[in-house]
Amino acid sequence: MKKVKVSSIYLILVFVLLYAPIFYLIFFSFNQGGDMNQFTGFTWEHYATLFADQRMIQIVLNTLLLALLSSLVATLVGTFGALGIAARKQKRLRSTFLTLNNVLMVSPDVIIGASFLILFTSLGISLGFGSVLISHIAFSIPIVVLLVLPKVNELDPALLNAAQDLGATRWQTFSRVIVPFITPGIFSGFFMAFTYSLDDFAVTFFVTGNGFATLAVEIYSRARQGISLEINALSAVMFVFALVLVVGYYFIDQYSRTRRQKRKNHQKAGVMIP
Amino acid sequence: MKKTRSFFMVPYLVWIALFVIAPLILILYQSLTNNQGQFTLQNYVTYGTSWTYLKMTINSFWYALLITAVTLLISYPTAYFLSKTKRQQLWLLLIILPTWINLLLKAYAFIGLLSRSGTVNQFLTFIGVGPKQLLFTDFSFLLVASYIEIPFMILPIYNAIVQLDPALINASRDLGATNLQTFTKVVFPLTISGVKAGIQAVFIPSLSLFMITRLIGGNRVITLGTAIEEHFLTTMNWGMGSTIGVVLIVMMFIMMALTNDRKKKRQEVLPNEKSEG
Repeated sequence: MKKVKVSSIYLILVFVLLYAPIFYLIFFSFNQGGDMNQFTGFTWEHYATLFADQRMIQIVLNTLLLALLSSLVATLVGTFGALGIAARKQKRLRSTFLTLNNVLMVSPDVIIGASFLILFTSLGISLGFGSVLISHIAFSIPIVVLLVLPKVNELDPALLNAAQDLGATRWQTFSRVIVPFITPGIFSGFFMAFTYSLDDFAVTFFVTGNGFATLAVEIYSRARQGISLEINALSAVMFVFALVLVVGYYFIDQYSRTRRQKRKNHQKAGVMIP
Repeated sequence: MKKTRSFFMVPYLVWIALFVIAPLILILYQSLTNNQGQFTLQNYVTYGTSWTYLKMTINSFWYALLITAVTLLISYPTAYFLSKTKRQQLWLLLIILPTWINLLLKAYAFIGLLSRSGTVNQFLTFIGVGPKQLLFTDFSFLLVASYIEIPFMILPIYNAIVQLDPALINASRDLGATNLQTFTKVVFPLTISGVKAGIQAVFIPSLSLFMITRLIGGNRVITLGTAIEEHFLTTMNWGMGSTIGVVLIVMMFIMMALTNDRKKKRQEVLPNEKSEG
């Protein structure tokens, strides 16, 4: 009994530690005084400043557009990549693909940023939105592959044979059988790609040049100049946004889980999968 | 079927060629050239003979080691206790949520917390210790870097602990092992794969956290990442920057070789393990 208590106290302590800095930021975003030292009174002023800041709004929109575009393309390329890898017959070839796929997953951000910078310069691609977009697509592809691949491997070959026996064309088999089956994997891949893009700072910092800034780059340059409660207000907004995303991801995950569960139950009961 | 699939796989293959293989070759090539584009080993000679670079590398390695140790010490019990709670999914979500807040915002929070007249110093004054220089010290870098990396250590360890068969623990207890023995002889050895995955997820990024050294460490701590960033974006000495990059890549491979081998063996023993998760 006593042991349970120790563990709960420990867990609570860790959670307090994890969340203290974040809530500290949000708390002072309502501070009338201009700093994070003394709370002098409640105000929405910093939120007003944030929403009136044209440059900041533009940067937020850029960041979201970038995340959306890069994750869409990465999901497309990654999904076909995963299908292609799974279709290879030789085990060695598959594992070679996986090793190459994982290089960018384990590389430190600075290495990715620096080597992409060399790549863009040697190809003569100018730095800006384009180079950042290409980089984000590039470092999001492997996570999509990793999340889609297990679903593809779960795909029962008998299903594909059945579809073909029943006269489905290749396109029909693909769109009616394969895609619906791997959709949960595609969704989680898309979601992770999206957050990778939103979260990235280091790679963007290397390949962005002068004209284009994402939120992370902007926060970095402002934070170097010192405290500005506008950033606090921004982090409160982003916290709420992240909360929404996490809850969304949770439900997608739960959804795919219950579906899997249902399928298992169906199989147990000897019912054909619809 | 096969042909269409191969066709759709083309973008992925292009991606591998252009963004996985080419960058590695380019960074190696760049490290072997000087500013005039001639082939030279000069960068490596400079690196190997300069005490500044070697000291920086050792320093960076040491800090990454410390960060990994600190996060491991905090994370293992957290993951262990977490696996014993009800509503685990919810707790896990709460662990994951902070990782979705941009790392720079978290660093920024610490600028406020640790500043000269910030909250921590107010507290120190209150208990009579008096204000201390906290920001721009080695300690602050260690603190913030560990804070940022903790969730990445907790998750893999948690995954390993959850996969542990409870029957093993019961068996160990039935056979008369104490709690400590059960932990050191059964639980820890069987979850070592999670620990290794966690070390992999924390150690390498810790070598390259240049923004934290800039914002929190006040350039007192120079990591390999900081050096690369400086050579590429400030002094424009790409050759030297790439050389340090190659050193970092080599370190990464060594680290992965050290933490990978056993895991594979384990997967061979338990081939069904993956499909469960």
